[in-house]
Amino acid sequence: MLSYFLRRLILVLPVAFGVSVICFLLVQIAPGDPLTAIMPVDATAEEQAAMRAAYGLDKPLPVQYAIWIGNLAQGDMGRSIATGRPVAQEVFGAVQNSLLLAVSAAVIAFPLGIFLGFLAGYFRDTTLDKVVTALSITGVSVPNYWLGIVLVIIFSVNLGWLPSMGAGPGGSQDWAWDWLHMRHLVLPAVTLAVVPIGIVARTVRALAGDILTMDFVTALYAKGMSRADVLRHVARNAAATALSVMGLQLGYLLGGSILIETVFNWPGSGFLLSNAIFQRDLPLLQGTILVLALFFVAMNLIVDVAQAAIDPRIKRS
Amino acid sequence: MTRLLDIRNLTLRFTGKRTVHALNNVSLAMEQGETLALLGESGSGKSVTLKALLGLLPPKRTQIEGQMTVNGIDVLSLSGRALQKYRGGEVSMVFQEPALALDPVYTIGHQIAESVMRHKGVSRAEAMSTALDMLDRVRIPSANRRLHNYPHELSGGMRQRVMIALALACRPRLLLADEPTTALDATVQIQILLLLRELQKEFGMGVIFVTHDIGVAVEISERVAVMYAGQIVEEGTTREIIKEARHPYTQGLLAANLHDVARGARLNAIPGAPPSLEVKPDACSFAPRCPLAHADCLKGLPPMVHPAPRRRVACVCAERMAAE
Repeated sequence: MLSYFLRRLILVLPVAFGVSVICFLLVQIAPGDPLTAIMPVDATAEEQAAMRAAYGLDKPLPVQYAIWIGNLAQGDMGRSIATGRPVAQEVFGAVQNSLLLAVSAAVIAFPLGIFLGFLAGYFRDTTLDKVVTALSITGVSVPNYWLGIVLVIIFSVNLGWLPSMGAGPGGSQDWAWDWLHMRHLVLPAVTLAVVPIGIVARTVRALAGDILTMDFVTALYAKGMSRADVLRHVARNAAATALSVMGLQLGYLLGGSILIETVFNWPGSGFLLSNAIFQRDLPLLQGTILVLALFFVAMNLIVDVAQAAIDPRIKRS
Repeated sequence: MTRLLDIRNLTLRFTGKRTVHALNNVSLAMEQGETLALLGESGSGKSVTLKALLGLLPPKRTQIEGQMTVNGIDVLSLSGRALQKYRGGEVSMVFQEPALALDPVYTIGHQIAESVMRHKGVSRAEAMSTALDMLDRVRIPSANRRLHNYPHELSGGMRQRVMIALALACRPRLLLADEPTTALDATVQIQILLLLRELQKEFGMGVIFVTHDIGVAVEISERVAVMYAGQIVEEGTTREIIKEARHPYTQGLLAANLHDVARGARLNAIPGAPPSLEVKPDACSFAPRCPLAHADCLKGLPPMVHPAPRRRVACVCAERMAAE
């Protein structure tokens, strides 16, 4: 098991390298000059060149990359062009907030999705199954930013139960586990949870339904196992695949919540990313994308290792 | 001593989009420790009979009439805990495809022990040592190591041995073997058959051995019951069936055997195909394919002729032969 983990870890290195190159280049390809955002309109060519040199933007791309990666290795992600603050500080604060939102959404979505999926799979082709299927397809299909706005209209504007924006009275840096803060989490987390509920429910339904028709289920009943025993076996069989789907979903929740964070003004990575794009804030953009991408890579690694731990058929040798 | 098995007038229908009369008036009796081969082609109702005996058929789509008792237990009245205790404890089953009948994500030791714990109420450690003992008994080499293997780490023959160990771990009085050698290589088939025969002698349980291979039936069983279209058409000792099969279908099966056929010679296949079972038969089901068929065969269900004790043939011609 340990050797499998180490081998997977070594495989991650080239992926991480590729990710860093893509993060670096992607931003270079994007149109727009970062300096136009911070330089006055009437700056002379000399002043622009001086600024360019100050940020190291005059050097050839490979050199820029080498400097960037060298600094990165020392924990220095550069400074934001727009705010002047260290990128690392900005990104980690934002990613923390995003993680809070993503994990909250996952805590709502995964158990509910698994439960609904199991129910639908066990009672396949019954009315219950059709209801669950209809609900999950609706959940996956409804644009979640639209749903977010609808929820805001209902629960913030009309009922006035929950706040519609921000992460609480303390602002983006100061989170606490009390109702004053947590009430800010409810609407964005619920909105964000809808798609993964649908996806997890669909996946688990298909898995459970398929596994229940397998011969070994009949064999389990034939040797006198109870329904609960059989369901435990089915769950273990479905776990590896379900886990990989959920791991990827968690990645999407973290990186893909730009729209939701924008709708709810949630001070997370998506929010940061969209600001960085509009301000052509190169170092911030690179840093944010890199952290999110590396998180995705780490998620995949965790899922792979967990899968191998659960399912013996995944080769370990 | 109570009879091991007594099936009386078992009629079984699958309902749904189309109705299938899977079993029609099947009666079958076995004494303790007997081995019976249930012989017939695909769809003749062999496997359905076994599944019905374990109550494994989907209750919503299955209509059962008649009576089944195993060791005096009324099978059809069982449910819940009693049914769980009966399955695996009183009667257990070896499946056709061991690769599919074992749970791929649990070790084989766990799967045997799980069943032992359920039936004997022993601790996990004790159940594991029973599992180990069973693996030894089914002649699995280095059983101690194999105990912690997963099904996919074993060969087909080994998996079927595990399946047998699993089925016998709780010492059932009746073992149902559903074509246990069909999915295996020819050389492994023989080994598994010999193993089953040895274990049957050792444990003294009754065995119903479902097969479509008459050679296998001869190898393993004392008695043979031949099924056709959801009915038992002939029953007798293996010797009686081989030497003097009376039902034209059994005679056809014997003639279609691959043994003793000269190269290039035509095989004596039974012409035609078995009937669809959408309507309940009201005449001899085999008549359309029967070389001896005549008008009487289509007039009604064939009479059950008993030429000898525990010997029966469902055929008009057999009746005439008996009368002569």
